[in-house]
Amino acid sequence: MNAIEIKDLIKTYPPGIKALEGISFIVEKGDFFALLGPNGAGKSTTINIICSLVNKSAGQVKVMDFDLDKDDLKIKSLIGLVPQEFNFNIFEKVIDIVVTQAGYYGIGRRQAEEKAEKLLRKLGLWEKKDSVAQKLSGGMKRKLMIARGLVHEPEILILDEPTAGVDVETRREMWDFIKELNEQGKTIILTTHYLEEAEQLCRRIAIINNGRLIENTSIKDFLNKSDEETFVLDIADQVGSLPKVDFPLKRINSTTLEIKIAKKDSVNYPIKILDQAGIKILSLRNKTNRLEELFIKLTKKE
Amino acid sequence: MLLNMFLTIVRKEITRFMRIWTQTLLPSVITTILYFIVFGAFIGSQVSDVDGYSYMAFIVPGLIMMSVINNSYSNVVSSFFSQKFMRAVDELLISPTPNFIILTGYVLGGVLRGLIVGGLITATSLFFVDFHIYNLTWVILLFVLTSLFFSLAGFTNAVFARKFDDVSIVPVFILTPLTFLGGVFYSINALPPFWQVVSRFNPILYMINGFRYGFLGISDVNVFFSLGILVVFTVVMYVFNLVLLKKGVGLKN
Repeated sequence: MNAIEIKDLIKTYPPGIKALEGISFIVEKGDFFALLGPNGAGKSTTINIICSLVNKSAGQVKVMDFDLDKDDLKIKSLIGLVPQEFNFNIFEKVIDIVVTQAGYYGIGRRQAEEKAEKLLRKLGLWEKKDSVAQKLSGGMKRKLMIARGLVHEPEILILDEPTAGVDVETRREMWDFIKELNEQGKTIILTTHYLEEAEQLCRRIAIINNGRLIENTSIKDFLNKSDEETFVLDIADQVGSLPKVDFPLKRINSTTLEIKIAKKDSVNYPIKILDQAGIKILSLRNKTNRLEELFIKLTKKE
Repeated sequence: MLLNMFLTIVRKEITRFMRIWTQTLLPSVITTILYFIVFGAFIGSQVSDVDGYSYMAFIVPGLIMMSVINNSYSNVVSSFFSQKFMRAVDELLISPTPNFIILTGYVLGGVLRGLIVGGLITATSLFFVDFHIYNLTWVILLFVLTSLFFSLAGFTNAVFARKFDDVSIVPVFILTPLTFLGGVFYSINALPPFWQVVSRFNPILYMINGFRYGFLGISDVNVFFSLGILVVFTVVMYVFNLVLLKKGVGLKN
């Protein structure tokens, strides 16, 4: 059984703005799926249609074999959404926000309080349970959104930019938590602008651009499409003129160079050539991660 | 399960208006006391009895009803619109809570606030005037139906509102004039014939007079007609709001 099946999904906003132009993709049950695309590509529209926050213009959406047109209430109980924007009442207590959300899913007060405690403890928010949400840090607010999205124990968790604006440590913590959820069998759909995040966490990827699906494959296969990599070299001494070499070489500044290497080639060769030219290399790093390079290439092409 | 969903919304609504009781419950009581003092004691002492009741006793039902109308309406419109404004309403819309539970939950919040404020004003009025309720069943019926209707109207306003200004337009420019001209402070029999006819197009006239009948046993209009109008309007508003929710007007897209 697939977690989500989307077929020929179209969304046109008044007065005729086409947000989605017939996208189709499948998310398998238990998958960790990245939905990527530049701003305004149609990611949020797709998510909002799945979650019944936006009415579709045409097409079919199925969640765990339930049709959105016929069984929207059943579908709603299967999905947990962690939206990008903080959308809780900042004057409410942390515990109340989570317990109220559970109530919307028909969970009784006592059971909701137990579930909320378990989640808030797991996410390190239990000490703040009686604080009003306004008093929480940005990272804590994100965690609160995750707790709220999970309180009814959904089969599918959709995370829309879950780590936007959080510090590195909190981001890593959240990654571990989300990975653990996926290992326990939850289907995770993630949208993010941190492509490193998608590369680290997800197994499959779909890229939407201008309302069309331009890629839908496994991360592994997608990364194999990359034919070259860009490296940044920090060098010891300033270089006057660049040596003539048979690979792309560019000066970034007086002590930094950039080289491009075909994926099939070894990095040993350009280093050896530069060494022979008297350039002492102190360190070498990828300019961007591989996914980012491919993403930019693909979306620019469009 | 549905009961838990319903209770969650109602509990949230009660918690909200009780938490800010100085903004939600107290102002109506203070305003009504001022009405009693100014219109009842100062000006009312100069006015002769109306249909056998002192002017003070005559305005009590209208003042209660005026507060019930304002509080029921403003509770739902402000609560639902602020949820919409903060996008917190999305959490409700993505949940399996059916539309009729959402609507009934919010509306009951408005009704309860209307009832609490109405109760407080009734108790306050006892300090100013001694009266006996003519027909308690009728009073409760009109009380509940009026607050239901205006809670539903507040919900409609919240659904269509796009900014906070839109929330205050109806109470200020429509509700207040209609209430003041709906016979709170006078009997329409005291008006010239033309204005009596015009007044009969004001729906609030029927609510206030129906309520006054329950309190004092007097009315300018046929009370069964009042009740009928109120029932029909309430049912129409309920169905209309359900259609709005179903289509996602002002909430989706």
